[in-house]
Amino acid sequence: MSEIKNIRDQFISKLENDLSIDQINEIKTDLFGKNGLISSKFKTIGSIPETDRKKFASDLNQVKDELQNLITSKINEIEGKKINEKLEKEKVDITLPERPFVRGKVHPVSQTIDEISSIFSEIGFSVEEGPDVENEYNNFTALNTPDNHPARDMHDTFYLDENKEVLLRTHTSPVQIRTMLKDKPPFKIIAPGRTYRSDSDQTHAPMFHQVEGLHIDTNINMGHLKGCLNYFIKEFFEVEKIKMRFRPSHFPFTEPSAEVDIGYEIKDGKIIIGEGDKWLEILGCGMVHPNVLRNVKVDPSKYQGYAFGIGIDRLAMLKYGINDLRAFFDCDYRWLNHFGFDPLDVPSNYRGLSR
Amino acid sequence: MKITYDWLKDHLKISAKEDKLLEKLTDIGLEVESIENLSEGLDLFRVAKIIKTEKHPNADRLKVCDVDVGNNEIKKVVCGAANAREGLLTVYAPPGAIIPKNKTKLVVAKIRDVTSYGMLCSESELNLSDESDGITELSSSKYAKNIGKSYFSKPSSNLIDLSITPNRPDCLGIRGIARDLSAAGFGNLKTEKDKKIKSNKKQTLKVKITKEKNQGCLSFGSCLITNVKNTESPKWLKDKLISIGQKPISAIVDITNYVMIDINRPLHAYDADKIDEGIIVRNSKSGEEFTALDNKNYKLDDGMCVISDNKGVLGLGGIIGGTRSGTELDTKNVLLESAYFDPRSIRKTAKKLNIDTDAKFRFERGIDQLSIEVGLNKAAFLIKEICGGEISKIDNQKIESYKNKVIKFEPKMFEKITGFKISTKEMINILEKLGFKLKKEKKFFKLSVPSWRPDIVQEIDIVEELVRISGYEKIKIENPIKERSKNTLNPTQKLFHFLQRAVASKGYLEAITWSFTDSKYNDHFKEASKEIKIVNPISSELGVLRNSIFSNLVMYMSKNLDRGIKDLSIFEIGPIFYGPQPGEQNTVVCGLSAGKKSRLSWIEKERNTDVFDVKRDVIQTLVEAGYESEKFYIDDESPNYYHPGKSGRIFLNKGKEKVVAYFGEIHPNIIKTLDIKTESLVGFEIFLDNLKLPKKPLKDQKTKYSVSDFQKSERDFAFIVDKKISVQDIVSVISNINKNLISNIKVFDVYEGDNIPENQKSVAISVTIQSLEKTLTDNDLEKTNNLIIETVENKTGAKIRS
Repeated sequence: MSEIKNIRDQFISKLENDLSIDQINEIKTDLFGKNGLISSKFKTIGSIPETDRKKFASDLNQVKDELQNLITSKINEIEGKKINEKLEKEKVDITLPERPFVRGKVHPVSQTIDEISSIFSEIGFSVEEGPDVENEYNNFTALNTPDNHPARDMHDTFYLDENKEVLLRTHTSPVQIRTMLKDKPPFKIIAPGRTYRSDSDQTHAPMFHQVEGLHIDTNINMGHLKGCLNYFIKEFFEVEKIKMRFRPSHFPFTEPSAEVDIGYEIKDGKIIIGEGDKWLEILGCGMVHPNVLRNVKVDPSKYQGYAFGIGIDRLAMLKYGINDLRAFFDCDYRWLNHFGFDPLDVPSNYRGLSR
Repeated sequence: MKITYDWLKDHLKISAKEDKLLEKLTDIGLEVESIENLSEGLDLFRVAKIIKTEKHPNADRLKVCDVDVGNNEIKKVVCGAANAREGLLTVYAPPGAIIPKNKTKLVVAKIRDVTSYGMLCSESELNLSDESDGITELSSSKYAKNIGKSYFSKPSSNLIDLSITPNRPDCLGIRGIARDLSAAGFGNLKTEKDKKIKSNKKQTLKVKITKEKNQGCLSFGSCLITNVKNTESPKWLKDKLISIGQKPISAIVDITNYVMIDINRPLHAYDADKIDEGIIVRNSKSGEEFTALDNKNYKLDDGMCVISDNKGVLGLGGIIGGTRSGTELDTKNVLLESAYFDPRSIRKTAKKLNIDTDAKFRFERGIDQLSIEVGLNKAAFLIKEICGGEISKIDNQKIESYKNKVIKFEPKMFEKITGFKISTKEMINILEKLGFKLKKEKKFFKLSVPSWRPDIVQEIDIVEELVRISGYEKIKIENPIKERSKNTLNPTQKLFHFLQRAVASKGYLEAITWSFTDSKYNDHFKEASKEIKIVNPISSELGVLRNSIFSNLVMYMSKNLDRGIKDLSIFEIGPIFYGPQPGEQNTVVCGLSAGKKSRLSWIEKERNTDVFDVKRDVIQTLVEAGYESEKFYIDDESPNYYHPGKSGRIFLNKGKEKVVAYFGEIHPNIIKTLDIKTESLVGFEIFLDNLKLPKKPLKDQKTKYSVSDFQKSERDFAFIVDKKISVQDIVSVISNINKNLISNIKVFDVYEGDNIPENQKSVAISVTIQSLEKTLTDNDLEKTNNLIIETVENKTGAKIRS
């Protein structure tokens, strides 16, 4: 036993020195190599008298484990130190810029259209579309605005032919006509899209966006119209309360017609929707004129309902504090980047319209 | 329509404050557009007398006047008027006053070294008339005692500008507005004292309306007033016109304007002595000409409604009179016209000749057919009162007599449309106050529509009147039900929104540009498409519909580059047009990318944006949208606006259906011609309408899940092949050898040059071979290996590189 103990003591003290990996490996060989001190001892187990053999083997194993563990931990220690030294050398200035990445944006009008669609989706409207180029009938005549009607003066129209039969639609209302001609009532649609009028100044662009709404059923009245718009405006501006005013007006395709104002005030140069005592006109609406229904073969004695038209660009300006309409279409990189939305910001009902 | 509260009070008994009026007007649909205080500061203008005039020491044409402005004050005023003379009574404006005509505020000013305290005003500067020659001359008999007093008698009320919708011609007269207000409970409508002409003098000028097709004049009333003395209008009349921003001209003209504004009854006054024998109302003949009161000469087409005499055209009925028969200050005998013209005829003529007058505006909206005599009476009496003379009987020629429309109205319709109730009593009250004659029958009212309401023709119009007057605030809110029976978006719309955000997520900024463009740009991108011209563009730079979105994007890209932004990607999703008919349009996603990647990066090597960048953007977008890239087929046939060697087109399948996308470098010639300053310009177009929609919804698209855990092996091949053979073909050949074994193919090197024969290239490909069923033996692998080499060599003429 004392011999084993001697080996143990001798090597433990050896291993306490500051050793290199090579030196440790040497020690390892000295102990556990083919002819190592410990290995040799194991070979002698058979020649130990039976009475002592068990104890001898047990002692030997204990010393073997102890030394082996010590060697392993010694090696780990040195290697760990080495790695740490290496990593220390590899240290980078982590404040350097990351690899370049790109970031695109969705136009505020597109975002607003998605917001509008999301809101109306919740109350059962589906989205319809129509062409940008329209015939005179769908854009005017079918909408109870016959030729020689002064109301046509309210729309400065772009024409594509001398006979004024083909034009760029001046509003999204022709989608009402197309939808009602194509399907059977009830109708519950919105139609967002591009619209065109030939005036251009600070507050008018020759192209802008509207969303049309149409709800026709057997019993839809002005109360539903008011309720629908009240809901929409509240949801769109993401406010609890809204001040809204219906004002009588005139559109050839609705009767009775109304313009809708919302209350606002200016606080610290910012427009606050839903409070205050100033009024801002934001949309036109009314009950679909029986003549329009007749034009699309819907029986006005059975069906009735409302329609509305909202300027999308205007809504986007109000909601996002954009002052200049013309800038929407100027494609200035700085503007698009400033007012655009991250493509991952998809307006939805459960996540909310905007972050 | 400009009104004042004071004028309204001629027709309305009311004592409410003005702000209540403004509220009420808006509430009943007569929108208040603006309010202007015209009288503000007018009290500063004083009657004054020139005591002394001296020549200005430094200017020949100027005078220095001592002016008695009342209260024992004498002011020195420099004046340039020739008529400024000692003893003249005139109008003095002190410093601080605002000149009505040009809205400038007077200050104490040095005029050529002489200090002038205020100004002596001409009638034109006071907006009293067009007279700008000299300062106002006030008669000494009337004004001698008024020196120092305010010249403008009493401050008139605010000018209220109403936006009257085109369906309400009746509200183009003050009385019509008053009637609407009274129906809404705002004051009581005064009854008009209807003075009727009692005369035994005949109207001696014969009037004839010819009976012909499309005769635009349905009735023509007239009255002859002889031996008048046309003069300046009396102050009350002038003040009235001035109060709504009109300029007084002469009594006869002012009276006709007054009647027109007061009751929306347009009148026209002729100098009867200038009419040759009589009036003939007829359709014009092509080529006829006349000079109108706007001093323009008009050449007429066939079929325009003209008032004429033996010599020719006197004026366009209901639109504009002519100079030949116009009244002047020396007019002795006046023929007053009060007629009814068909709105459509008026509109057609005015549009064709491009004339816009107050009369035209009113007639095209529809004038009260029964107001002909009322108007003549009212005006004739005023003329007689102001200008003297004798009035003849009224002559009224008609080719059609007017009958009031009758509407049957079921009161329950009101609630059906508006969702709320009002009592029958209230309905009757409103309708009667609006001028309807009402007969109550069992289930409905029989309503006779007042002649001044051409807009009311059916039941729904009655509902509108009732709800408008009783108040939109009474409409109850019905909250919407949150229920959806149909999908919000159809598959195409979903794809649209998906592509929009997919492209944006690749670093592109979304732009929205006009659907029209400059043909200069469009010509580069329209290829074989037809140019679609806008007949009336706002400018020649926006004269055509775009055949490609590039037409706009390239221009705006260039503008952004000029702003100093070097590396930029923009895109637009929207329509392009291939024909001028509705529906001849396609939806395209078009992207454009300029400059470099990793410019000035400390970590990455900078390089020009290239065709494989856009190719990635397109392919990735399509893959994200659910299309399988393994099936895509790409070739190099692309439109001429792309670089011929660095562009291509994409099909969803090799079957070559419709092109779903083009991509590539923009042709260098275009970049040069349009002077686009960038190192590189690449773009793409994805055609939404050519993308087939998946037949199954996403939930049914997933195939059975099966993967292999057997050992896989990667083998590399290098082929030398003709340059014309596309890598796509080689890859396709390999993948078709055994779809069960060959799971992944990667092109990892393409090389031309040294050691490779001319017109050939070396393509290095790594192929992953793996079985779903077993571990492949060396033998299996070898067989597949050889098959790959053999097939590629046979099908493409390639040689394996040893």
